[in-house]
Amino acid sequence: MADTTMTARSAAANPRATLQDLLPKIVLAPSFAVILIFVYGFIAFTAVLSFSGSKLLPDFSTWVGFGNYVRLFNHPNWIVALKNLAIFSILYIVVCSVIGLALAIFLDQKIRGEGVLRPIYLYPMALSFIVTGVAWKWFLDPGIGLEHVMQSIGWESFSFRWIKDGKMAIYTIVIAAVWQSSGFVMAMFLAGLRGVDNEIIKAAQIDGASTLTIYRRIIIPLMRPVFLSAFVVLAHLAIKSYDLVVAMTDGGPGTATWTPALFMQKFTFGRNEMGMGAASAIVMMMMIFTIIVPYLYSELGGKKK
Amino acid sequence: MSAPSQDVATRNGVFVRALIYALLIVFAVYYLLPLYVMVVNSLKPLDEIRQGNMLALPQQWTIAPWLSAWSTAQIGVSPTGLKPYFLNSVLMVVPAVAISTVLGALNGYVLTKWRFKGDNIVFGMMLLACFIPFQIVLIPSARILGLLGLAGSVPGLILIHAIYGLGFTTLFFRNYYEAFPTELVRAAQIDGASFFQIFRRILLPSSGPIIVVTVIWQFTNIWNDFLFGSSFSSVDSIPITVALNNLVNSSTGVKEYNVHFAGAILAALPTLIVYIVSGRYFVRGLMAGAVKG
Repeated sequence: MADTTMTARSAAANPRATLQDLLPKIVLAPSFAVILIFVYGFIAFTAVLSFSGSKLLPDFSTWVGFGNYVRLFNHPNWIVALKNLAIFSILYIVVCSVIGLALAIFLDQKIRGEGVLRPIYLYPMALSFIVTGVAWKWFLDPGIGLEHVMQSIGWESFSFRWIKDGKMAIYTIVIAAVWQSSGFVMAMFLAGLRGVDNEIIKAAQIDGASTLTIYRRIIIPLMRPVFLSAFVVLAHLAIKSYDLVVAMTDGGPGTATWTPALFMQKFTFGRNEMGMGAASAIVMMMMIFTIIVPYLYSELGGKKK
Repeated sequence: MSAPSQDVATRNGVFVRALIYALLIVFAVYYLLPLYVMVVNSLKPLDEIRQGNMLALPQQWTIAPWLSAWSTAQIGVSPTGLKPYFLNSVLMVVPAVAISTVLGALNGYVLTKWRFKGDNIVFGMMLLACFIPFQIVLIPSARILGLLGLAGSVPGLILIHAIYGLGFTTLFFRNYYEAFPTELVRAAQIDGASFFQIFRRILLPSSGPIIVVTVIWQFTNIWNDFLFGSSFSSVDSIPITVALNNLVNSSTGVKEYNVHFAGAILAALPTLIVYIVSGRYFVRGLMAGAVKG
């Protein structure tokens, strides 16, 4: 309506006091300054540290170049952490997406009781990873948990001791993490499904397409942006995974369930290898930024008019 | 977004529908099982867990594990239960949520209604701050807190949580205010309303939903935080998540599983209640945090 004239006039008639003009920036400035220091300044600090020979405390007198990075990538614990991250993140992302999509499609079939089921699928997201970790740690514990239950109801040979087994322990963390996050992925897909235009589906039905075909050829391809969002969120959570591992296994048995985040913590604060800890944090950040930056760029870029 | 369901559904056969219901129920059991295990076993004596079946209902009901978890269980070196740490978390969470939400609202207001050259860069930098792995700021944060004299204190944790929550709160409000008609702001400006008057009288009254979403998001994240809590707290500022982990993973003594479960539920209760009371907003916050732009 009159909005174009409004903005034109406000731009012309604007002999306001300087303070009023500056006020918005003054309001924003503290937040921005804090972010500049506590995020970008601190990243720079950690980056510098990663080239220093810091041990117990930051030490800016000895420089080792890329020495910390070289030691990092030659350290067996870091290699284990990277392998675990690969196993964990692939399974976590794939299983969460499959379960999430399946549940969303099922729930979208005019299900009675959807209002009851949806919150049940989603509540784990409200819990802290420590709580999730405690629940699963004891539930999977051979002494009192699943194995014990199965044996006590008569299945004597039942054995499930993954959490105590160096080779399998990382998978128990996947189980708990999937439990925590898959409902959330379901909610993302459900929102996506509900946003699909019904006209397209009706048209396909008139053309005689089967339900399966409609999902495979029309609806799931339309979910591409949801897959992308889910991937970014889950990958980001996976790289940061720390609390859950601490609560369930604290990296054990041995170093079997170390992740990069756990490595950073243990080396920096436990083993007084601050330089290597800083290097590992930088590597983690680069992994996350490789995923996040292009995503944010495309999301924000697409929004600009 | 709860538009009518897809019409695809109507053409499924009875068998397929039965299968779908069965699968949905199986998954409901999967999601409820750990909660059930925690609740049931927190109400049993320890012997019953060791000898009996974790999935069975208590034969002898008891609330002793709850009392112990709350006020007498050994945590670290002192037999205080989770109570003092629960209070630490409350003292930490309330100011941290309030500060980051207020600042986020103001930032969102400036970034959408008082745009300036380079505002996109400022926003981009604040947005990217949401996604950094916090490991990268741990070492310098510890230094700064030390320099400020806030090391190992609740105010130190408040500061850290408020700062690292700013990116998300700003994002939430920016996206919300983006859709708010700028003409109203301009009209008020012409009528002589000041920067803060416009915010208070025009934007704030319609900001209810986004405030709820932001507060829930921040509350859940800060309450559930473990990394900052374990890195920057000392004996008298330990938050509940760290205390729970100490309770469960301390290697000394008998493992009191029933107390652990009761403690885990206590630690989860505030966020669970928030979720039950306002699930709709909770989900919206998750989605807003996930689907950018």
